[in-house]
Amino acid sequence: MLNTAPHLQACDDFYEALIAAHQGLTTPESHAMNARLVLLLANHIGDQATLQHALQLARGGAAPTADRRASQAVTPVVPTHAVAA
Amino acid sequence: MNPRDIPAEAFHASGAEVQALDFGYVRSPDQDRATPAQHPIVVIGAGPVGLSLAIDLAQRGQRVVVLDNDHKLSIGSRAICFAKRTLEIWDRLGVGQRMVDKGVSWNLGKVFLKDEQLYEFNLLPEEGHERPAFINLQQYYAEAYLVERALQLPGIDIRWHNKVTAVESRADGALLSIDTPEGAYQIDAQWLVACDGARSHTRQMLGLESKGRIFQDRFLIADVKLAGDADFPTERWFWFDPPFHPNQSVLLHRQPDNVWRIDFQLGWDADPEEEKKPENIIPRVKALLGADAQFELDWASVYTFACLRMDQFVHDRVIFAGDSAHGVSPFGARGANSGVQDAENLAWKLDWVLQGRASPALVSTYGPEREYAADENLCNSTRATDFITPKSEVSRLFRDAALHLAREHAFARRIVNSGRLSVPATLHQSPLNTPDTDTFVSTQVPGAVLLDAPLTKQGQPTWLLRELGSDFTLVVFGPAPAWARDLPGAKVLQIGIDVIDHQALAAQRLDALPRTVYLVRPDQHVCARWRTPTEAAVRSALARATAAA
Repeated sequence: MLNTAPHLQACDDFYEALIAAHQGLTTPESHAMNARLVLLLANHIGDQATLQHALQLARGGAAPTADRRASQAVTPVVPTHAVAA
Repeated sequence: MNPRDIPAEAFHASGAEVQALDFGYVRSPDQDRATPAQHPIVVIGAGPVGLSLAIDLAQRGQRVVVLDNDHKLSIGSRAICFAKRTLEIWDRLGVGQRMVDKGVSWNLGKVFLKDEQLYEFNLLPEEGHERPAFINLQQYYAEAYLVERALQLPGIDIRWHNKVTAVESRADGALLSIDTPEGAYQIDAQWLVACDGARSHTRQMLGLESKGRIFQDRFLIADVKLAGDADFPTERWFWFDPPFHPNQSVLLHRQPDNVWRIDFQLGWDADPEEEKKPENIIPRVKALLGADAQFELDWASVYTFACLRMDQFVHDRVIFAGDSAHGVSPFGARGANSGVQDAENLAWKLDWVLQGRASPALVSTYGPEREYAADENLCNSTRATDFITPKSEVSRLFRDAALHLAREHAFARRIVNSGRLSVPATLHQSPLNTPDTDTFVSTQVPGAVLLDAPLTKQGQPTWLLRELGSDFTLVVFGPAPAWARDLPGAKVLQIGIDVIDHQALAAQRLDALPRTVYLVRPDQHVCARWRTPTEAAVRSALARATAAA
């Protein structure tokens, strides 16, 4: 389970550093930085169940889980393989 | 020309000559019968899957009719990557060495971001396997060697120019209506296997569907034959956002005959008719190879793809195998390779049922086993496709974040997904497995394909997989108990007596101690293992593995 009890050593310092780290970045650059941050922290946590729990909490409810069969769309389709003349 | 009169050299000729092979129509005595001819097994489709299945069945002594509406081998190189497991299966079918001799063997892949190498991976990082992780070989060569082998087997009757126009499925068989250049005839088949590809006409005739996701992206395949020596090594090279093809991906692969497969992502808006014109392909190739590169365009194709499968692969006596049953994106080489594994799974089961050694319940287990494998292949190819061609802004954001981090951080390189390349599915939860009761530390769980290992036999080198029997094999480390000789349908292979595990790799890979026993299926999957089994335990596992218990 994800630890959601207060755990940050210096929460004001962290928050200030987080905002400061984004200084001077455009919004797309900030989004990109956040994405890298998520991946870095996820790797540090490592445990899949803990990460799944974090995804649920962040989403504010049950996050949609990946469908093992990836068949949400039920349109029958056929790949086309057009051959060059 | 009557296909049986084609000289052997014709199958070993150049790519152009092999592709020009034309298999003539031969009238079958079935066409002169007043009532439909009866056949135990009919296979529709003489591609890699249908031919592998027919050869396997014929080697087991079955008679097989193969119907193909065409009269040519594959047009273009198409499925070029044949995996280690496929080669091991083809070894059993007598064509593995020919494939490896002609093919380009490779184990190493490299992934680039822009003009910088992110990382490389070795798909077979250990010694002691007969076959490489992959060979690249144009599909027409693979099919030529399979056709040549099939024509050597009297049990196989391949009928080109035979188009199935109707299938009437019953609980105990299927009635086929077939069109030929000399009119229509009918066959009554006990078992019908549809290996007729992604657009399976058999599937449509039976009103069945293959469902899933289509990906809104287009790709261009260009096969180019380089003049002189190429600078690229025999490796799989994958670029994200290369300078010569910005914002898209490119895959480069070597094939035999100095032909290089280049796969360009084009995006959904690309016009396939425009993109497949040589005047538009050549500048793309030159951007990669250099303006001075001397090459000829060998084959080109613009394609889209989907990840989909049928809900069930077995419908009474009609069985689907290969692309007709499931379709994957090309990233991971899981199409033809999984189809050949389908064929191998099915062949021994049909044989045992037709010989009366097992009930039709055994053939029914093909369904859940290969549906499970298809799900694994679909899962892997869908994930790779989502990484290579992100479907949303946020998906793209994380993809780029992973690529960015991969330059410096090993963990992010593991996230980068340019295709998780085909390995055989471990059939966890198969009803044919006997669950472990003893403790093993090994990947060779019930359901896994047995790993190969180097052995010697009477002083000569051999391989573990080559020493397995065509039916079940009881692999015993040390002397086998006397009762093992009387097991029905099982060969006994004593490691240390019949064969010598001189590098101790078989024992290591199977976590074997003296008296350890593995029961291996005819398709070389482990179905049970013990430290010191009783006769009753082995007999019970055998019964279970043949759907008799």
